[in-house]
Amino acid sequence: MISPVFLSQLRSLLPAHCVLNEREDLLPFESDGLAAYRNVPDVVALPENEAQVAAVLRLCHANRVAVVARGAGTGLAAGALPVDGAVLLVLAKLNRIKAIDPLARTAVVEPGVRNLAISEAAAPHNLYYAPDPSSQIACSIGGNVAENSGGVHCLKYGLTVHNIQKLRAWTVDGQLLEIGSDALDAPGYDLLALLTGSEGMLAVITEVTVKLLPRPERAQVVLAAFDDVAKAGAAVGNIIAAGVIPAGLEMMDRLAIQAAEAFVHAGYPLDCEALLLCEVDGVNEEVSADIYTVRQVLEASGATEIRTADSEEQRLKFWAGRKAAFPAVGRLAPDYYCMDGTIPRAQLPHVLKRISEMGAEFGLAVANVFHAGDGNLHPLILFDANQPGELEKAEAFGGKILELCVEVGGTITGEHGVGLEKIKQMCAQFATPELARFHEVKAAFDPAKLLNPGKAVPELHRCAEWGAMHVHGGQLAHPELPRF
Amino acid sequence: MLTEFLDRIRSAHAANTPLVIQGGGSKTFYGNADEGEVLSTRALTGVVDYQPKELVLTARAGTPLAEIEALLAEQNQMLAFEPPHFGDAATLGGSIAAGLSGPRRPYAGAARDFVLGVRLIDGTGQPLRFGGQVIKNVAGYDVSRLMVGALGTLGLITEVSLKVLPQPALETTLQFELDEAAAIGRMNQWAGQPLPLSASSWHAGLLTLRLSGAASAVRAAQARLGGEPLQDAGAFWQRLRDQATPFFDKRPLWRLAVKSTTPPLKLGEAQWIEWGGAVRWLASELPAAALREAAGQAGGHATLFRGKAPADGAFAPLAPALATLHRSLKQRFDPRGILNRGRLYPDF
Repeated sequence: MISPVFLSQLRSLLPAHCVLNEREDLLPFESDGLAAYRNVPDVVALPENEAQVAAVLRLCHANRVAVVARGAGTGLAAGALPVDGAVLLVLAKLNRIKAIDPLARTAVVEPGVRNLAISEAAAPHNLYYAPDPSSQIACSIGGNVAENSGGVHCLKYGLTVHNIQKLRAWTVDGQLLEIGSDALDAPGYDLLALLTGSEGMLAVITEVTVKLLPRPERAQVVLAAFDDVAKAGAAVGNIIAAGVIPAGLEMMDRLAIQAAEAFVHAGYPLDCEALLLCEVDGVNEEVSADIYTVRQVLEASGATEIRTADSEEQRLKFWAGRKAAFPAVGRLAPDYYCMDGTIPRAQLPHVLKRISEMGAEFGLAVANVFHAGDGNLHPLILFDANQPGELEKAEAFGGKILELCVEVGGTITGEHGVGLEKIKQMCAQFATPELARFHEVKAAFDPAKLLNPGKAVPELHRCAEWGAMHVHGGQLAHPELPRF
Repeated sequence: MLTEFLDRIRSAHAANTPLVIQGGGSKTFYGNADEGEVLSTRALTGVVDYQPKELVLTARAGTPLAEIEALLAEQNQMLAFEPPHFGDAATLGGSIAAGLSGPRRPYAGAARDFVLGVRLIDGTGQPLRFGGQVIKNVAGYDVSRLMVGALGTLGLITEVSLKVLPQPALETTLQFELDEAAAIGRMNQWAGQPLPLSASSWHAGLLTLRLSGAASAVRAAQARLGGEPLQDAGAFWQRLRDQATPFFDKRPLWRLAVKSTTPPLKLGEAQWIEWGGAVRWLASELPAAALREAAGQAGGHATLFRGKAPADGAFAPLAPALATLHRSLKQRFDPRGILNRGRLYPDF
């Protein structure tokens, strides 16, 4: 619980409208983008500048009060779920674009700036910020850094970690860390990489310097239909083997295609088992050359139909189906649960077959959309939360899918993060020594464990309680722990 | 084979014996002098897995870089960060531990950008595995990338998984006669346009640019930019990558990493500019503090790259809060400080 004394101290640090503790004011903050997890915060602090952030952190540290940092609250892993007795530190009001340097191709922004707003501000200079998570209209850059967010263009343009240059961040005891530099590297350990994707566990970010890229001269997309998922999967590898790195390479399975087509009428062929969307971008001539290669490879890989978008309008239409895939699938069932595993692409046919088999066992349908270029699979499990036990069943099924991803050499999260949602599967992904080391890394920054407690890295004894089994390499992750 | 390394590090930890990790010994000049028994990774060789269609290669640390590059070339692929070799013996592990990248770095990314996973042995002899062999992976802290450039002070890297990329169909190099300020301006202006740039250099009045990509795209860019095509350009970039030209023979050789748009630095000596303006090389007898001040003012940092390191070390000293974090991380990976003691910073 937050004590009245602490609350009054907090109020003394921030303007009156920046501290919320009435229930109706707190309710909007009870969950992030994963609404299945809810917890009304005890108090919300909305600092308006960096000095206030530092002051709140120092106060919390002095009183051993935990802090959960939150950006726009669009995260999909309950990473920003409020924790009892903690301050929910919302950074949305730090939303200024401080500087854009078109010649150096950088933007200096506060953490609450929306991802898309950076590209919009850079557009007059023909520059943009490359990572484009699907929530880019709403998600904030601070959250992107905390989650190492991706998007559909990661294979070519990388994740957040590849597209930022410098951070101002604060340890929970209120010390400023200036990480990275305005050059292309910085002396010492790569703390920029360590902080990126650290899910608010190590420090609180108050400023990000991002890299901007020249907008591609042209982008063009090819759509290909396949009568077999395995053939579509093989085509992906063949495109890459032909030396093309597509800007986006997406796959949808039958259920996802049909849902998307019924929803937005993108003109997708319906008599196929898998659809590939392959977009290439860059210099005009490069795009022409790549489109030619891609079409040849798709044909050789057994595509039953190949269409090239010959106008910007058609390109957007091809994409409309894919971009609407989640809401479209949402129309098939009252609820869906989105998973986020990554697998080596070659394992795709095997993994889809296993998912389908497990779906039959659990009695739940699954639609699959797949960032095929980088192996990031988003199975959407359909269920009805109003049916008793279905949510639990969906979660259990999802957990099995993630463990399958680990088993075939992949990972439990490609871009959404661990948060609270996948904390059990961390026990499947990592063995005890690695998990213990994560805790040590955390302790180097936050020995009192005040930042986002209980998220991202499971306590070792919890792994035994959950009974999650680490199956990588045929060996259990925690042989020293008893199992029941 | 790995057992030998585990045993060796465990005994060194028990006996508090400092170890100096060495691959091919091609980068012993880099960083501060360290003392201890040499622990050679040369026996740890071999490509563990290479899947061209997955764009992923996994190899043991002692595998010669040249061997890996030859294997990739057979599939028309490459290490896009173009790692410097600085000699025939360079190994993969050494390249990743040093974290150095070559001419393609500003356009394709750095060594750390391509690391997907590592296996390592920490300073207590504990084997650890972080990251993996997939391109997108956000489970757990990114300890793999933390190893890149740590110069072996956090652990002995035993195996590395890297993202690799296709080789461009065509590369052309163009040269332009330009003074330093104009060349810096051009490098930055052109980098902001959709051009297939893949390397840049300026020295002694000559701006040299490499274009890479589809043949038609490279030719179109060449027609647009003008300049004089450079013959035998492969050798030019390789010599620059490996500092195999007389300019780099002078000592002490400093590397100033700066914001790419930084105007010419008036430091009294001729400079070689790389990375679109973001790196300035010079041999200078100026005090370290003066060079660090100049680089710091330009948004970056100065490294004594070759020659005798100043008293505070080869790398720019860290701000107190960062220095504390570094020591704290070191403590947690190598509590007795036996691995490459002092190599990165003199105090650990």
